[in-house]
Amino acid sequence: MDIFAQQVINGLVLGSVYALVALGYTMVYGILGLINFAHGEVVMIGAMIALAVVSALLAVSPDMSPFTLILIASAAAILVCVFLAFLMERLAYRPLRNAPRLAPLITAIGISILLQNIAMIIWGRKYKMVPQIFPTETHEIFGASITSVQLFIVAISGVLMVGLLLVVHFTKLGRAMRATSESQRVAGLMGINVNKIISVTFMIGAALGAVAGILVAGNYSVAHYSMGFMLGLKAFTAAVLGGIGNLGGAVLGGLLLGLIESIGAGYIGNLTGGFLGSNYQDVFAFVVLIVVLVFRPTGIMGERVSERA
Amino acid sequence: MSFFHVKSMSVRYGGIRAVRDVDIKVNEGETVALIGANGAGKSSTLNAIAGLLEHTGDVYFDGANLTAQPVFARVKCGISLVPEGRGVFGRLTVEENLLMGAYLGSSQQDQDADLHKMFEFFPRLKERRRQTGGTLSGGEQQMLAIGRALMARPKLLLLDEPSMGLAPIMVEKIFEVIRGVSKTGVTILLVEQNARLALESSQRAYVMESGELSMTGESRSLLQSPKVRAAYLGES
Repeated sequence: MDIFAQQVINGLVLGSVYALVALGYTMVYGILGLINFAHGEVVMIGAMIALAVVSALLAVSPDMSPFTLILIASAAAILVCVFLAFLMERLAYRPLRNAPRLAPLITAIGISILLQNIAMIIWGRKYKMVPQIFPTETHEIFGASITSVQLFIVAISGVLMVGLLLVVHFTKLGRAMRATSESQRVAGLMGINVNKIISVTFMIGAALGAVAGILVAGNYSVAHYSMGFMLGLKAFTAAVLGGIGNLGGAVLGGLLLGLIESIGAGYIGNLTGGFLGSNYQDVFAFVVLIVVLVFRPTGIMGERVSERA
Repeated sequence: MSFFHVKSMSVRYGGIRAVRDVDIKVNEGETVALIGANGAGKSSTLNAIAGLLEHTGDVYFDGANLTAQPVFARVKCGISLVPEGRGVFGRLTVEENLLMGAYLGSSQQDQDADLHKMFEFFPRLKERRRQTGGTLSGGEQQMLAIGRALMARPKLLLLDEPSMGLAPIMVEKIFEVIRGVSKTGVTILLVEQNARLALESSQRAYVMESGELSMTGESRSLLQSPKVRAAYLGES
């Protein structure tokens, strides 16, 4: 088996998920200049809800088709996450809209801790196994193997990302979002209800996050109340790498970070003579974050430098 | 009751009252100018009317009291502001900027017709329709801002310093546009530091001095008033 090809495929799968989550960070940042550190927890809640729904459905009717199962579970997870994002914006961030930059940032970290703990109380501290509902066959591409689940992850992420870009660039809602991110004041003068657009932005990000959570849980067959934390940090890194505030940048940053991580993890053993193993995979994301922040804080496609937050 | 009436409006910035007890009436179809020195409170008055600034006092428009309405709802009622500094969306294309103006607009057909009309009115914008707003010159941006406001089919157009930062020839052109807009029946309230141009392009005017209205009357007679001539038209 070709190790390089295999790592590239793993990287693309990982990167697609990072990209989906990174879009949530970058959309909110683009419109409010706020880094919503609770976004990773929204992703976790999405995974947990989907898992709970799948378990409940399987208990009731054990021979439901995987397709129906996933469809119902995803719909439930998306609904809950969208509602959660709505509440979060309305109750936690909107009252702080004109507060100093640090206040909403600390609030975001607070919500993140709160959501983790709520999830822990509801679902417990143990790792939760995802029932084997996906087909487990593997396919061969370029001498590397890819599972059906992984193919599914790349396909769904791709469709969602393209869909989002189309909405943002070619619809009235997307135009209003772009206008609001440039100037809330002037957007209001166009008759745009700026609060509504901000709310919708949070909700779209959360819907993408929920899907990402489901995909991650499906890929690793496990979910945990703390799974959103590291994933959120990585996706945030991806958003910064691509240029935070820039949608295309988030996609590019996510895919690149996924590739860097998995290629890095694949070769770190050889490079250090076996001193460091692939469990040091997480190091790469943060090395990338530091390098980007030092040498190109605007990221690859970014235009606006953030000196705030 | 007048078409548009601002009743004892005050605007505060912290402890400072930037606008004090201002009363302005505009009749349907009229062009009214609000002139005064830098910092007199003209822009604050206009922004408060549009709903961008908190204010006390009342705003009556077309039979309704808009005082409690937020910005976007006032737009819906038919008030469009062309803000100071134009407020063009720099990363949206010219056409997208115009379409933003029609955000509340009714049908696709009306929108297309209005867009066509704007391009006829401003051929320069048509040439540049696919360029982003940020690449336009100051004068083109001002045209775009006015065109964008007109796309909302306003009943009252508020213009904040449309001549600011423009070359004299461009200023002439912009005021030609404003007079043209007025001829189509749109009511206009114009804030302008260039008092002569403002008075020449309006029927009535208010003069503002350190937050209060100091004079009002027909623009023609204000042009002749020795006090106005001395203070705002640079004559002694």
